[in-house]
Amino acid sequence: MQIGIPRESLAGETRVAATPKSVAQLIKLGYTVAVEKGAGAHASYPDEQYAQAGAEVVDAAAAWGADIVTKINPPTDAEIKLTKAGAILISLIAAPRSPELLDKLAKQGLTVLAMDSVPRISRAQSLDVISSMANIGGYRAVVEAAHEFGSFFTGQVTAAGKVPPARVFVSGAGVAGLSAIGTARALGAIVRATDIRAEVAEQVESMGAEFVAVQAEAQKSADGYAQEASEDYAAAAAKMYAEQVKDADIVITTALIPGKPAPRLLTEEMVASMKPGSVIVDMAAGTGGNVAGSKPDELVVTANGVKIVGYTDLPGRLPTQASQLYATNIVNLMKLLTPEKDGQVVFDWEDVVQRGMAVVTDGEITWPPPKVAVSAAPLTPTPPPPAPPKEEKKPRDPRITYTVAGICAAALLALFWVSPVGLLSHFMVFMLSVVVGYYVIGNVSHSLHTPLMSVTNAISGIIIVGSLVGLTQSQTASGTSIPIVILAVAGILLASINVFGGFTVTQRMLKMFKKG
Amino acid sequence: MAPTLQSGSYILAGLLFILALAGLSKHETSKRGNVLGCVGMAVALIITVLTTLIGYRSGGVILGGLPAWGVAAVLLPMAAGAVIGILRALKVEMTGMPELIALFHSFVGLAAVLVGWVSFMEGGLDKLHAGELFVGVFIGAVTFTGSIIAFMKLSARMKSAPLALPHHNLINLAALVAFVALTVVFVLKHQGAVGWIMLAAVTIIALALGLHLVAAIGGGDMPVVVSMLNSYSGWAAAAAGFTLNNDLLIITGALVGSSGAYLSYIMCKAMNRSFISVIMGGFGSDGAVVGEAKDYGEHREITAPEVAELLKHASSVIITPGYGMAVAQAQTAVAELTTKLHREHGVKVRFGIHPVAGRLPGHMNVLLAEAKVPYDIVLEMDEINDDFSDTDVVLVIGANDTVNPAALDDPHSPIAGMPVLHVWEAGQVIIFKRSMATGYAGVQNPLFFKENSAMLFGDAKQRVEDIIRAL
Repeated sequence: MQIGIPRESLAGETRVAATPKSVAQLIKLGYTVAVEKGAGAHASYPDEQYAQAGAEVVDAAAAWGADIVTKINPPTDAEIKLTKAGAILISLIAAPRSPELLDKLAKQGLTVLAMDSVPRISRAQSLDVISSMANIGGYRAVVEAAHEFGSFFTGQVTAAGKVPPARVFVSGAGVAGLSAIGTARALGAIVRATDIRAEVAEQVESMGAEFVAVQAEAQKSADGYAQEASEDYAAAAAKMYAEQVKDADIVITTALIPGKPAPRLLTEEMVASMKPGSVIVDMAAGTGGNVAGSKPDELVVTANGVKIVGYTDLPGRLPTQASQLYATNIVNLMKLLTPEKDGQVVFDWEDVVQRGMAVVTDGEITWPPPKVAVSAAPLTPTPPPPAPPKEEKKPRDPRITYTVAGICAAALLALFWVSPVGLLSHFMVFMLSVVVGYYVIGNVSHSLHTPLMSVTNAISGIIIVGSLVGLTQSQTASGTSIPIVILAVAGILLASINVFGGFTVTQRMLKMFKKG
Repeated sequence: MAPTLQSGSYILAGLLFILALAGLSKHETSKRGNVLGCVGMAVALIITVLTTLIGYRSGGVILGGLPAWGVAAVLLPMAAGAVIGILRALKVEMTGMPELIALFHSFVGLAAVLVGWVSFMEGGLDKLHAGELFVGVFIGAVTFTGSIIAFMKLSARMKSAPLALPHHNLINLAALVAFVALTVVFVLKHQGAVGWIMLAAVTIIALALGLHLVAAIGGGDMPVVVSMLNSYSGWAAAAAGFTLNNDLLIITGALVGSSGAYLSYIMCKAMNRSFISVIMGGFGSDGAVVGEAKDYGEHREITAPEVAELLKHASSVIITPGYGMAVAQAQTAVAELTTKLHREHGVKVRFGIHPVAGRLPGHMNVLLAEAKVPYDIVLEMDEINDDFSDTDVVLVIGANDTVNPAALDDPHSPIAGMPVLHVWEAGQVIIFKRSMATGYAGVQNPLFFKENSAMLFGDAKQRVEDIIRAL
């Protein structure tokens, strides 16, 4: 089968769907390739190189008349007419936004594989044009911003003074956003980024940026793309944006919702709050814009000197790189469609990738395809097993505490009432000592607990005083009481062991503790 | 001797004791604290001994005092006690510190009982003093036998597993009820034979209660038990002070009592257990896994040369020792390893100590100090727990429950909620262990099966020495 590579007719398009290298790869798969004259001129691929790679350089009609036509932008009506019935067209289609185009393609009896409808599963990444183009777009967005920005990105300390690094805020951490983060980091800026999907925080951080979360319930994505946000979320997000944008020198917005107008992230007030000379790159300008006041394909300078870049052809501004990646995506698709490498396309409609891309099959519209669920995080997290009811100590009812304390105080008072005077003064000493002991011990460091125990042990040997006092009482009117003397002497002996042993062992231990 | 001199000396001694305890709050002042305690004790003893021997002057008449044999009766036992005490104190191994302290507690307890009996035999008690005496004898006797049991368990003269008699809590309760009833009777009638019988009965009940109470508590709860007994010995001294109208005994007893109680509280908090549940006993069994059998996966083994290799290339190492290090007497080897890693390989080595590691509050610190590990690299759990994530290698030497992640992850674990050292956050954890047996709590340790854990089986001391050789 023959593959045709027509020249892109869209105004300003610089890319081409095949490079000399990709042509060689397609020929290896068994196809013949016809490239329209001048197709790669803007992307710095002259016709001679295609010819050298084995392609036939033909006119437009011949390129469009091939069995398989691969291109970048959706075909115009005139171009559709040039195709032959039953041919396969591979290009960007924007299927959700262009029902008429699908009608026309179906009428022509084509089979159309939309490069922008590749399902987001890991196996299909090698043919995912959106990712490869977004990657280039994110890079270019930073380059455009740097071009318009009047200062360094990186902070420097020069002989002429200190230069602070630029502060870049990236909204949307998809492929484009991550690419923009990486590029801005590489230029030396301080980068912050946010995304409606909290699950991408890790990816943002892995690129070296700080993730700014919206303080509201985050969204989980079922198909790998962002979705529209709820109202609560929107309010919280608006607050966060207002704070971040005000602080930033460069803002890059990448928020796209497939098939819907882009969400409005930055209001006029937010833009007005930025410093003069700040740059905003609205990568969604082509589908309605994330930023108030952005215009597709234009550079708008606001009243307060903020530049809003609304270029929609960011990938096309790197035509060679973009063509190369797009062409590689096409080659990978053709490998998938040519299992025998014999130049014959074999469709496998059970394959979710092929089924997902086929927006028109043999003259019938087959869009939208059945849903494929993919996401970094599972959509419905398995609910954690019901935790056992936590035995949290309920704070006791203060009334109970006060009642108990009151009763104790009353009981003590009653006891003191009937106590002799001498006891009370002893009790006062006792109580104060307990309190002093508690606070003194509270300060003791953990590492000294053992010496503390042995020293308290030694001083509790003060019980020896009791035995000494007892000994004096052995002198009764009827002479010396021998049993008392024996018991008292035994007490003196025991307590002495404590006193002397306790202090000695404490001193021994304390001597061992040395500072390093 | 004037009575005011005696009272004055007691005030001075009490103040010095408070300063002694306060001095122990920091390493820098700890030695001075101990000296102040000695001075306080010396002041109190000299004045009391002199008063005992020569009596005191009251209204121009000398009261009290002992005949000539009194000098011998006082000084001989004191000298004998001093010799015994100092010899024991100088001889004791630092690993044997817990049992020595337990033994010392028992002496205070017994002395308190003797003081109570002496006061009773002298007679002339009023109701109030009779009650105080009774309480003092009870606490003293519980302290005495409790400490003896603790001593035997700690020195492995007795199995450390908890003794679980049927209805052991009821037995304790019955003993307490009997004590209260006897107190009431004794206060009302303490003269003559009834008094003797009551006092003998309460002494026997208290001795039995002390035995049973501590026998029911397992080895790993010993830090709580030892500090609890410390507290009791203080309360016993205070009760004796009330009986004898002696403020110095009251002050000292109260200081020691509240200090022991506070230590018990810290230990309980470190195990996330209530004091009551520790006293109720019966916690922990030897070897058996509590709860359903669960598949934790495979553990990995590692050899000493491999560990040496890991350590050589680490920049930060934390060692978390436990009772197993004391059992294996590995502290000197560990200290040598630390010095070698630091001096020859420039590795930053620190120690992380769990509050209940060992069998005595602060036990590990003393052992490491003995092995000449500088105390400023020996950190508490709270100081070091945040640093594990920045650490390359953790060596767990003889610790188990204090490094068990189940305490945090598994709400059904018997040790759930106990604060633990977060060793598993480090890059690599090496666990020194004799076998795969469970720790004191009888709980399996998921740490052993984590991906970044490896087991080094064998005697901790030998293994550490192997590593030193391989370095």
